[in-house]
Amino acid sequence: MIGLEHYLTVAAALFVIGIFGLFVNRKNVIIILMSVELMLLAVNINFVAFSAYLGDLVGQVFTLFVLTVAAAEAAIGLAILVCFFRNRGTIAVEDVNVMKG
Amino acid sequence: MSSADFTTLSPEILMAVYVMVGLLLAVYTAKDRIAPMLVWATSAFFVLIAVWIGFSGSGDAEAFGGMFHDDAFSRFAKVTVLLSAASILLMSQSYMERRGLLRFEYPLLVTLSVIGMMVMVSAGDLMSLYMGLELQSLALYVIASLRRDSAKSTEAGLKYFVLGALSSGLLLYGASLTYGFAGTTLFSGIIAAAGEGTASLGLLFGLVFIAAGLAFKVSAAPFHMWTPDVYEGAPTPVTAFFATAPKVAAMALLARVVHDAFGGVAGDWRQVIAALSVASMFLGAIAAIGQTNIKRLMAYSSINHMGFALMGLASGTAFGVQAMLVYMAIYVVMNIGTFAFILTMERDGVPVLRVDALNNYAKREPTKALAMLVLMFSMAGVPPLVGFFGKFYVLTAAVEADMAWLAVLGVIASAIAAYYYLRIVYYMYFGEETEALNGGKSPVLWGFIVASAVIMVIGVVNLFGIEGAAALAAETLVN
Repeated sequence: MIGLEHYLTVAAALFVIGIFGLFVNRKNVIIILMSVELMLLAVNINFVAFSAYLGDLVGQVFTLFVLTVAAAEAAIGLAILVCFFRNRGTIAVEDVNVMKG
Repeated sequence: MSSADFTTLSPEILMAVYVMVGLLLAVYTAKDRIAPMLVWATSAFFVLIAVWIGFSGSGDAEAFGGMFHDDAFSRFAKVTVLLSAASILLMSQSYMERRGLLRFEYPLLVTLSVIGMMVMVSAGDLMSLYMGLELQSLALYVIASLRRDSAKSTEAGLKYFVLGALSSGLLLYGASLTYGFAGTTLFSGIIAAAGEGTASLGLLFGLVFIAAGLAFKVSAAPFHMWTPDVYEGAPTPVTAFFATAPKVAAMALLARVVHDAFGGVAGDWRQVIAALSVASMFLGAIAAIGQTNIKRLMAYSSINHMGFALMGLASGTAFGVQAMLVYMAIYVVMNIGTFAFILTMERDGVPVLRVDALNNYAKREPTKALAMLVLMFSMAGVPPLVGFFGKFYVLTAAVEADMAWLAVLGVIASAIAAYYYLRIVYYMYFGEETEALNGGKSPVLWGFIVASAVIMVIGVVNLFGIEGAAALAAETLVN
């Protein structure tokens, strides 16, 4: 029987994979965008699982908001990335280094 | 959903309509040629809305089943946000116009982010919190990379985007855990589920994730790493905007979440906020010492100031919230003046951002140098300027809440931070003779620099009455 814990475990695992993808990845900014998306989707699994468990629709409504915002966020991220590529001719993570911080 | 709900929300709705009309108008008419007019109009519009919110509002109103609060606390934060955004828009006009950056999208994106901030400070539900935060952040990502043909500006936008998205992810994960363990997303429901003194482990995890996500937005250490790069890379007027309005909104939102949703378990979040506060104060004080770029220096300075504002919040009392609000209002005025000064730093029309370019500035521009001296002393917290009273307030709040150790650490950090503020003054008055800065004849910027310096001096009389407003705001939040 698959219960709430299983869903939460999967979501937590995906979320951590997303965070690791963001920090460990040294290759490509697109992979960072994918990792961000993975994190948001992990959160969505959490919301839907809780929503079903509690018998409360608010969680699913929240999921729809998150999906919409994630789409807008991806659009803006890609637009900024295109501008960056035009200036630098590369989207490798190592090359995001004009300023040292 | 009734007409009363929409009445409560009318400032935000009006501003959203303004943005849509502005976009259509600009696209169908002269495009970027009407941008200067649009900047003035938007700025005047912000001031009007601020006056409206400040004078007409009274009492507490809830809209959409408690998702949106209109109370003294949100009104205080909204007026601060609107007035600072209006000032920054006015300051940026001539600078951006001369560099070909003044596109009509700029004032409209600022308006969108301000709407986001107004929703944030009024949020009474995790959903409205998230939507307000994202509206603000998405507009800010775009403004950071406004200079499309500059590698620095686009890199700043990219860094801000990646770390901002990470912080929203953390915040959302916290929101999902909070929802799951409290069974509701309404703050009023969460505070009932959290109970007095003991919250379940899941709720605590949710609280910590939400606090971490918001700490990113206020650039509190150890979540500050985007700040120096974004401040340096973004066009200077945009940096000025980042340093003021979003900080106020995010800080107010943090105060609202911890008090409205987790007020019963104050003992748990006070430690987290105190740790953030200490880390920010010391990181902001120490890392700024080696900086040569004045925008990076201001980035660390703002991290340091956020540490002090968090100290007020860490005390967990109504007086602490009042101290935090007063501190943020003073911080915003000081930053507007300082950034107006930074906008005038140029040589033959090219911006110069090195701190040592200010050598001997006082000989050529005595008035502006004196105003900058007052602002820097106020930032460092030298009595009898207003900046000292801001620090005094948060330190008192910490001591009264039995956190004397935090106050002591704050005093030490502010002594370290005084070094780099005084270094700027040293360069201006006693520096060696170097090539002179010769730009910055803008009367608007001059007015902002002098006005904020004058406020720092004459504000000591009664702080312009913001204490009373902040006290009222704090009482509605903490009860």
